[in-house]
Amino acid sequence: MNNQDISRRQFLKGVAVAGATVAASEFLSSCSESKSADTQAYDPNAEVPKDKMTYRVNPTTGDKVSLLGYGCMRWPNKKDENGKDIIDQEKVNELVDYALEHGVNYFDTSPVYCQGHSEEATGIALSRHPRNSYYIATKMSNFAPEFQTFEGSKKMYENSLKYLQTDYLDYMLLHSIGGGGIPAFEQRYINNGVLDFLLAERKAGRIRNLGFSFHGDVEVFDYLLSKQDEWKWDFVQIQMNYLDWDHAKEQNARNVNASYLYRELEKRGIPAVIMEPLLGGRLSKVHDHIAKTFMERTPGKSIASWAFRFAGHFDGVLTALSGMTYMEHLQDNIRTFSPLEKLTGEELEFLDKVAKQMISYKTIPCNDCKYCMPCPYGIDIPTILLHYNQAINEGFIPGDKNESEYSALRRKYLIGYMRKLEADRRADHCVNCGVCMPHCPQNIKIPFELQKIDQLAESLLNK
Amino acid sequence: MIRKARVVVASLVLLAITAMFLDYTGTLHEYFSWLAKIQFLPAVLAINVGVIIGLVALTAIFGRLYCSVICPLGIFQDVLGKVLKLNGKSWKQHKYRFSYSPAKSILRYVMLGLLVIAIVAGINIIVTLLAPYSMYGKFVSTLFAPVMKVVSMGVEYIDERLGTYLIYPNDVVLSGGLACIFGVLFIALCIVASKNGRTYCNTICPVGTVLGFISKYSLLKVQIDTDKCKNCGLCEKRCKSSCLNAKEHKIDYSRCVACFDCIDECKHGAVSYTLRKNNAKVKNVDEGKRAFVTGVALAVGASAVKAQHKTVDGGYATIIGKTVPPRTTAPVPAGSGSVSNMERHCTSCQLCITACPNRVLSPSQELGSFMQPRMSFDKGFCRVGCTACSDVCPTGAINKIKKEEKTAIAVGQAIWIADNCIAVSKDENCGNCARHCPSGAIEMVVREGVSAKAVPVVNTEKCIGCGACEHVCPSRPISAIYVEGYKEHHIR
Repeated sequence: MNNQDISRRQFLKGVAVAGATVAASEFLSSCSESKSADTQAYDPNAEVPKDKMTYRVNPTTGDKVSLLGYGCMRWPNKKDENGKDIIDQEKVNELVDYALEHGVNYFDTSPVYCQGHSEEATGIALSRHPRNSYYIATKMSNFAPEFQTFEGSKKMYENSLKYLQTDYLDYMLLHSIGGGGIPAFEQRYINNGVLDFLLAERKAGRIRNLGFSFHGDVEVFDYLLSKQDEWKWDFVQIQMNYLDWDHAKEQNARNVNASYLYRELEKRGIPAVIMEPLLGGRLSKVHDHIAKTFMERTPGKSIASWAFRFAGHFDGVLTALSGMTYMEHLQDNIRTFSPLEKLTGEELEFLDKVAKQMISYKTIPCNDCKYCMPCPYGIDIPTILLHYNQAINEGFIPGDKNESEYSALRRKYLIGYMRKLEADRRADHCVNCGVCMPHCPQNIKIPFELQKIDQLAESLLNK
Repeated sequence: MIRKARVVVASLVLLAITAMFLDYTGTLHEYFSWLAKIQFLPAVLAINVGVIIGLVALTAIFGRLYCSVICPLGIFQDVLGKVLKLNGKSWKQHKYRFSYSPAKSILRYVMLGLLVIAIVAGINIIVTLLAPYSMYGKFVSTLFAPVMKVVSMGVEYIDERLGTYLIYPNDVVLSGGLACIFGVLFIALCIVASKNGRTYCNTICPVGTVLGFISKYSLLKVQIDTDKCKNCGLCEKRCKSSCLNAKEHKIDYSRCVACFDCIDECKHGAVSYTLRKNNAKVKNVDEGKRAFVTGVALAVGASAVKAQHKTVDGGYATIIGKTVPPRTTAPVPAGSGSVSNMERHCTSCQLCITACPNRVLSPSQELGSFMQPRMSFDKGFCRVGCTACSDVCPTGAINKIKKEEKTAIAVGQAIWIADNCIAVSKDENCGNCARHCPSGAIEMVVREGVSAKAVPVVNTEKCIGCGACEHVCPSRPISAIYVEGYKEHHIR
């Protein structure tokens, strides 16, 4: 294991340096304007501007990309006639139409999202608009062994074109590089010739930009960037937000601080696409104490808007992806980026304080991406982890039995736990097989966490 | 006045008992389980001397007041008779639908004899069908519980949206087969109650027969003052026990349930509830030949209805429901001491099943122990800190135990089935049974020639048969480790 040279620079200092370099290099142009902070109460019905979106320009292709990108991993569901969850295409169409109308033009999907139906749903919605009015990003998500052959991966690529109803892709990513280290990377892309194939497709113009998304082992990130002269990555997708900027390692020793990743890209002039700017809602569903700080400071703004402003703050960012399930979230995010109001030095300092406070609460860094699912033993992993996080953030983890609040907290914790989870999908049924672990982009020790949560539930039930 | 008091008390008692049988959270049991303990047959089976003396004394003083204000099945029949009108008569005619008929003494004593024989010989199904309070419990648990489930789902929906966390999800297991069986009996009861008032209580119910024998000699009695009586006969027409002979001014006190309807009816003040006069000797009445269909004789078909499993969405692996492992003896709860004690005492009122917060108890579908509680672990396991069933049992089938005692009572032992275990069949490091064993009775050991992965070994000296291992075992549909019940519980 290569020990990375990640210096513990001060958050503020780091940000300032980053900003200065970007300004000097001028490889991305920003159209942001500053606006005075408003002191009004949050108004969900406030106007949503149509022509004020902040755009960033991709240096290689000149694409004018909206700073808000649409993540297609969390499309709304409905129940089919058998009670199974399927994507609600009508709502997807509505969201896509609205997004395009309000200046969002980057759509990021993958063959494995939404139980494999995201590309198709996204394709249906987008194909109703002119092909040159949006950019499609999808991925080579060859995680399962059957897709790791050349033929399997090629088939996956061809299916992407078919489902997205297009003959070219604007952005193509090697999906989630880093998990499993260099050997996994070589197995998925080098030994089977898949990377060569994708490079050839780029040359042929069917892939306009080639990049990769990164989670996990930083050795792989460094390795891919060291080959920049050969492979010429047009963009790289990284997890970046005010919590991971300088505190990713504090949460989990195996994670990399986003500040390191971003600066490495910036050094090479590679645009960054930001994923998890909101950590799957963890930066909006925050601890009650933190929520109060935000609401006192900017009552007219959503808590989420702070996280998005952070993501857009850096000029090397091409777009920040948000998986918007609800229209209200889409509208709120459009407002945040129309136009982007950059953070002041004081505000950056404030966010770092918030981040430090956040990591003092021992929540589990689950972003509800559902990569761990389906658990072969039927356990609903994300729901269990998120219930626990909610209990921490809203302060209803029951503590000492002698506390006056104990029985009320116990009640709330257990009722919530039982309502959200069928008996057979609760943590007590985890057999510790570990199948989920390699799939978790956040490197959560899932069985360990589940056992911890099970013990808590058991201690409450055995009153 | 006295009738109003009876109605108020009876209503409160019926409401409390019904609510207790429907309360799947076990909250009300704490306050109302005494109402189950003062029921006559359960008290006799529990040899609860205090209650028996109390009820005998009550009847010796007040007559069969028990049947009017304590027995839920009796009160419930009054309600049915009041609200159900099953013939073309007007409501007024309905109110005055009764007339005197002689007692069916032979039938009554046969039923009583049958119950005594059934209890002595341990023929549970007869006890199950004859015990009045327990029959009411079965009606509520099988027929009203589904209604409760729908209602609680509605409340839960609102509760969830308000974020108030008022009620736990209703996880009561319903059985369509049992609902059918008791539905038929229920309809029979409705017909009898609506047409013939308390006929069930005065022909079938063995408790009614016993108390009727005492109430013949009760201190206080409903009596007719012949001087004041205008022979209008309304009292007879309102007597739901058909025990009041207005023409002869005689009352069969073995059947009078002290409802006081006749007192309320008499506008001349001729009927009163007073100390017995020596001359008010009951004349023996002839045996009638009126046919009486009870609908009790009923083929108890096997109800092969399985618990329904929710269909899962595509993001989840399908979970196969668990089926009952090959145990020869289903365990009975700690406190019952032994299977035979359970069989001898339980009248299958279902109260423990409702009260069990872990959904471990369910009504047995075996003929020999029909409707009695037996333990199964597909929905949960018996937590050592819980004594809910022993707290509520009125019959002594499950005796009261303390939490500290429970950890020392073994109701069965865990048995491992190698072929089902995923350590053997899937070469998986599991150990979920050992992790969840509250008494630390399971060790994971590598056994050469069995599996490369560690498999569970049960220390039967420590195992108490709580079923945690069986409940969390990933092997489906049959767990790889299951509890074999002890016929006689082991005390450590």
